[in-house]
Amino acid sequence: MSVSITMNNLVKRYGGQTVIPGLSLTIRNEEFFTLLGPSGCGKTTLLRMIAGFNGVDGGELYFDERPMMNIPAHRRNIGMVFQNYAIFPNMSVRKNVEYGFRARKVSKEEVRRRVDEILDVVRIREYQDRMPAQLSGGQLQRVALARAIVIHPSVLLMDEPLSNLDAKLRLDLRGAIRDVQKQVGITTCYVTHDQEEALAISDRIAVMNQGVIQQVGTPMEIYARPANGFVATFIGRSGLFRATAREDCLEFADGSRIPRPVGAAVAPGQQVALSIRPEELSPAASGLRAVVRSRTFLGKSLNYVLEFADGVALPGYPPIEYAQDFTGSCRMYEPGEVLFLQPDLGRVNVFTEDLSRSLMEGGGSHG
Amino acid sequence: MVKRRPDVWQILSLVILAAFCLFLLWPLLCLFLSGFQGEEGQWTLENFVKFFSKRYYYQALWNSLSVAVCVTALTLLIGIPLAYCTTFFRVRGRGVLDLLIIIAMMSPPFIGAYSWILLCGRSGWVTTFFAEHLGIDIPTVYGFRGIVLVLTLKLYPFIYIYVSGALKRMDPSLMEAAESLGIHGIRKITSNVLPLIAPTALSAALLVFMNALADFGTPQLIGEGYVTMPTLIYTEFVNEMGGNASFAAALAALMVAITAVLFLLQKFYVDRRGYNMNSMRAPAAQPVAGWRGSVLHILLYGVVLFSLIPQVTVIYTSFLNANRMVFLKGYSLNSYVLAFQTLGGAIWNTVRMGSAAIFIIVILGVAIAYLSVRRRNIITGIIDTASMFPYIIPGSVLGITLLLTFNKRPWLWGGTAIIMVLSLVIRRLPYTLRSSSAILHQIPASLEEASVSLGVSPLKSFFRITTVLMLPGVFSGAILSWVTVINELSSSVILYSTKTRTLSVAVYSEVVRGSYGTAAALSTILTVLTLVSLLIAFRVSGNDELHL
Ligand SMILES: Nc1ncnc2c1ncn2[C@@H]1O[C@H](COP(=O)(O)OP(=O)(O)O)[C@@H](O)[C@H]1O
Ligand SMILES: [Mg+2]
Repeated sequence: MSVSITMNNLVKRYGGQTVIPGLSLTIRNEEFFTLLGPSGCGKTTLLRMIAGFNGVDGGELYFDERPMMNIPAHRRNIGMVFQNYAIFPNMSVRKNVEYGFRARKVSKEEVRRRVDEILDVVRIREYQDRMPAQLSGGQLQRVALARAIVIHPSVLLMDEPLSNLDAKLRLDLRGAIRDVQKQVGITTCYVTHDQEEALAISDRIAVMNQGVIQQVGTPMEIYARPANGFVATFIGRSGLFRATAREDCLEFADGSRIPRPVGAAVAPGQQVALSIRPEELSPAASGLRAVVRSRTFLGKSLNYVLEFADGVALPGYPPIEYAQDFTGSCRMYEPGEVLFLQPDLGRVNVFTEDLSRSLMEGGGSHG
Repeated sequence: MVKRRPDVWQILSLVILAAFCLFLLWPLLCLFLSGFQGEEGQWTLENFVKFFSKRYYYQALWNSLSVAVCVTALTLLIGIPLAYCTTFFRVRGRGVLDLLIIIAMMSPPFIGAYSWILLCGRSGWVTTFFAEHLGIDIPTVYGFRGIVLVLTLKLYPFIYIYVSGALKRMDPSLMEAAESLGIHGIRKITSNVLPLIAPTALSAALLVFMNALADFGTPQLIGEGYVTMPTLIYTEFVNEMGGNASFAAALAALMVAITAVLFLLQKFYVDRRGYNMNSMRAPAAQPVAGWRGSVLHILLYGVVLFSLIPQVTVIYTSFLNANRMVFLKGYSLNSYVLAFQTLGGAIWNTVRMGSAAIFIIVILGVAIAYLSVRRRNIITGIIDTASMFPYIIPGSVLGITLLLTFNKRPWLWGGTAIIMVLSLVIRRLPYTLRSSSAILHQIPASLEEASVSLGVSPLKSFFRITTVLMLPGVFSGAILSWVTVINELSSSVILYSTKTRTLSVAVYSEVVRGSYGTAAALSTILTVLTLVSLLIAFRVSGNDELHL
């Protein structure tokens, strides 16, 4: 039923502008796959190429072994969920869900059975006779999900389905989407610009920037071993430092040193970039010297914005932060206070100086 | 690489483009070119030299502009306060008032002209009453005065409707902000309200100006020697019939040039100054108590009822006992009997050709709206722009254009229903098209894509989802097209033959012959037809506002 999706060197141009310069990717059968990237990086464009709404200017697209380039959208047997719900406003919830059967030969009883079933799965059965105008955004998106999967599509495509909802609903529906996907077992390609959402929901993630895949991997791989500086800063927060590799340590511009991170393949004398997440720092007697600029209480943790000596931090990036677990009895630092920080050497990442490549052994697999 | 078959929409856009070229652009081009040709077809500017050297000719242009300027100023003076009062003060019977204003707008101006002649003409009832009973000779209504009176009363509703729409969309917090800054009363209006509604008022004023400039029936009936451009073009064209009509063509070209410049200036101004007003909260209407309230209501209803005098007069007259030219004592249905006997075909023609036109208008309107909103490319862009042309082409000019082009071999369409329907379609398509694209802009494209993703082919998705959701917008546009189609005179009067005479043409020719009784009966039928159409429209769309 469900299929794998193979993209081979796909190209998309709008007028003179090349939005996707040649993209290859495989989405496995039944997996929950997410395209993650900043707005305007071409996620929607790629998803709509898979759906058949956008023409393809080069390359190949397969569902399993079947070439899809010349198959129009309505014959691809896809289910699609849109950011703005796209529920037909002139039809009741039930009529919306039944709509796809108009193009399929399925008996009346079968339609009734399957619609009933799916209405239960997404828990909107009680609203089945309502008109869309009477439903909330979250309920509408549940209808859209039901409508897309009731026809047993080969792939389910979702374009930022949660971004029009408020925070609480977003969490609820995120769980619902994940559950339904696993229950039905359908290949899913999900688009979002929200990294937290992507980490929470996906089997695998492809991080995209400017039409190019930066890294493909499980949420944990991508978070722990980003393939390059873009991924490191886009997924979670990472502070970026500039350092010079020495025999078995890294030296910073102010002369302070830390031991060489575990698994970093660097040659002595090499200029590198070091990426450290706020929670990967801890205060110590010696280490990187920082001045506290400001403090923010976030409930679970206290966040400090830090300032380092000239040339320690990589210029042009947001200020470096340190997150301290809030335990109630922890020692809090005041703005202006000086502290020394040691990074967790098993978790930090080292990149080439231009951030284009990870220097961690086995880290940062490409597509 | 992927091969793309041309889809239905590409083919359709080519077909529509071809039709526009053949039926609108090419004829217009021919017309303009023939304006620059002499008797023997040589290239010359002599037509324009002739126009600007003879006072009789250039006076017509001056007259037209004077009329248009006066009418525009007066309609603004009536329409804006009216809209302001009904928006910000609580007015009793607001719905009825709006309906009456729409009726005043929808009935053809030549009926107004003709009624005012009945009332205040040389032997009009009011004139005679004053002369016989009071011994006062009041000035008659012919000429400049009459034209301005009739057109003002017919056209102020445009200003009213546009401006009240804008006021309703105005965020009341702007007014409140002004008040909090200590700005009250008249200054609040001049410093706050007027600048905000200016772009809308200007668009409406342009519409009024163009209508006043292009109107043929009113100056023809009530002008009595006060020659305007449309009547001059008509006379010259009728006189040149059989010749090459190059002088009339030159006049027409001149007029289109003027309206086109005005149109572009307006567009330029509105594009630069267009505020995006979109308020969820409509301004609250304040109750007005005591004598102020009474004065307000008397003024509002006074203006509106005054503008409906022509309709009332015509309906009353139609039941008078008349023998063609002369009114006899008492009441009878003679006029109706006579009208049906001699001109019954006109009613049938109006319905028949009107329906054909509206059918084509709706199909074209929906298709072009869809193409220009959802399939933007160079071709659909040209179509979209070309479909705006009729706004700047006076009816009489279009009539002449079509006749000059299509009364030749291989067409020979002169006097046929085809050419009548063609001109109706071209002239009244914009209303349906504009309101169809307006509603289409509000329907997300993803609805149709959702349908396609569910396995329904694009074309079926278009019919099942998009057209269904477009219906309300198409309908309100189509009603406007329909009402203006059945009241059309200025192009029809050039294109009709005895077999294709419509109601409005029949009224016009009866008035010209002096058969006031039958003219009144036919006018009444036309008014009733208009009214019934509007009432059905309100009933179906469930509100009393037309989306202009
Ligand atoms: N129809 C279009 N015409 C021209 N450019 C487009 C069109 N659609 C998208 N683009 C451009 O392609 C790029 C990628 O857009 P999109 O796929 O929508 O990004 P995302 O979904 O990742 O935010 C953007 O720069 C956008 O401006
Ligand atoms: Mg997008």
